[in-house]
Amino acid sequence: MLLNTDFLFQPFHYEFFTRAIVVSILIGGTCGLLGVYIVLRGMSYIGHGMSHAVFGGAVISNIIGINFYIGAAIWGILSGLLITEINKRYKIKADAAIGVVTTAGFAIGVFLMNTGQTPLKNFEALLFGNILAVTDLDFIFILIVSIITIIFIFFFQKRLLFTIFDSETAKVYGVNIYRIELLFSIILAIVVIAAMNSIGVTLLAVAIIAPAISARLITNNFFKIIILSCIIGIIDAFLGMYSSFYIDSPSGATIVLFGASSFIIAIVYSHLKKLQHMHFHGEKKHSHLHTHSEEHRHEH
Amino acid sequence: MENMESPENIIRLKNVLFGYHYHLPVIDGVTLNIPKGGFIGLLGPSGSGKSTLLKLIVGLHKPWEGEILFAKHNNDKDQKFSIIGYSPQVEGIDWDFPVTVRELISMGVWNQSGVFPWINKTSRIEIDNLADELGIGGYVDRQIKELSGGEQKRVFLARALIHNPKILILDEPTAGLDNANKDNFLKILTDLNSRGITIILTTHDIDGVAKKLPWIVCLNKTIISQGIPNSTLSENILYRTYDLK
Repeated sequence: MLLNTDFLFQPFHYEFFTRAIVVSILIGGTCGLLGVYIVLRGMSYIGHGMSHAVFGGAVISNIIGINFYIGAAIWGILSGLLITEINKRYKIKADAAIGVVTTAGFAIGVFLMNTGQTPLKNFEALLFGNILAVTDLDFIFILIVSIITIIFIFFFQKRLLFTIFDSETAKVYGVNIYRIELLFSIILAIVVIAAMNSIGVTLLAVAIIAPAISARLITNNFFKIIILSCIIGIIDAFLGMYSSFYIDSPSGATIVLFGASSFIIAIVYSHLKKLQHMHFHGEKKHSHLHTHSEEHRHEH
Repeated sequence: MENMESPENIIRLKNVLFGYHYHLPVIDGVTLNIPKGGFIGLLGPSGSGKSTLLKLIVGLHKPWEGEILFAKHNNDKDQKFSIIGYSPQVEGIDWDFPVTVRELISMGVWNQSGVFPWINKTSRIEIDNLADELGIGGYVDRQIKELSGGEQKRVFLARALIHNPKILILDEPTAGLDNANKDNFLKILTDLNSRGITIILTTHDIDGVAKKLPWIVCLNKTIISQGIPNSTLSENILYRTYDLK
């Protein structure tokens, strides 16, 4: 039976779908890129937290009648500042600071949404995403945010890597680690805001984290992780978006499920790779990924 | 800008007082002159303030009282980090972190290796040459976890050395090494010192390290004693340094 190409390209006959595919690919790639640094910082919770925090800003901007992006951006940046400051000034670990600040931000949104006079527009889209309702303005915002993120990572890569790996020594070597962390928080906030309309605040964390942890399981090389994470993010977003057209599922949730699937595939791959390196020391069965250097010996 | 009183001293600490909690000083009135080209070991038990003193010198902490002066340099941050090579204790390092030996060493020249995310050619050559010199040349493309303990220590030494500092500040650089590796590492440091690099390191190992250094400073919040190992590592001084009755 011949493959019906018309059937395969059917979604692209619709302008709204083509735009949604482009937007989801941009978000997937950008989240994949940023996710690597978040995972390596051991702050995976920040993606989840920040997406919830900006919900408060979105509700407030709706109530006071200002542009959604302006309100959410101010709120997101303030949350990032607050987390950085709490972490720096008090002996409170980053995960605890993220938990309190971002959940409180989300709670303010929920509180105002239920007590406010003005009904919130697109409430469901914010929580669960509606990529098909993405407007031209959203598209432009997402495009700008993707470009800013790539430029930031490109020029700050060395400082970011040094700060994440060994922040104390980075400080000694003249890296302004607080500025780096602040800029990173701001970039994360605007990426979250760009993605929240399409993927939704409750689902976004996986889109940020899943490509990065999948890539991390596949390779130990930093640049390969970056490239792989972006590719996985793009593939997840494309497949999620594309298949949602045929199975009539919510696009945000479908993208996230593809993200989770890519993680499962990466786990299987990593396990198989480990089995390949299985070897014996006497009667002890043993597996590790490193080669034996001259000085490296271990006993069982 | 305040210069050193003696041009022979590269660092001078004057009555330095510092702590992490109010009224609980970890460093209490330390006055210490580090001569240019010196090789000094700070010896003391855990919690004696050795690492804190190093962090004060490299500028990670500011003294509550007293001052730390550098020869021909004020405490300007930019000037200071260009003359200091610092290596922290590696116990807190995430060895699973996906960086290669070359990438780790390149962190020491993050501001000289080009604005792009990759290392420029000049820095790459310098890194590879230094790695060769320290006996880790064959491993530059390996992930840091794939190295032995001795090799890992040398990688961190290479990061501290790559920008040609005048002063090397090393926190417990030989901790966790067996005797042969300790001796090898000390041999490398002695060689660097003979080329004019001032070295300050911390250790809690009396026999394996302290006895083999040219100058020892016994520290326990304050300086208990200092001098050559033969005279400094006496029973009385060690009892006082280690709070033994």
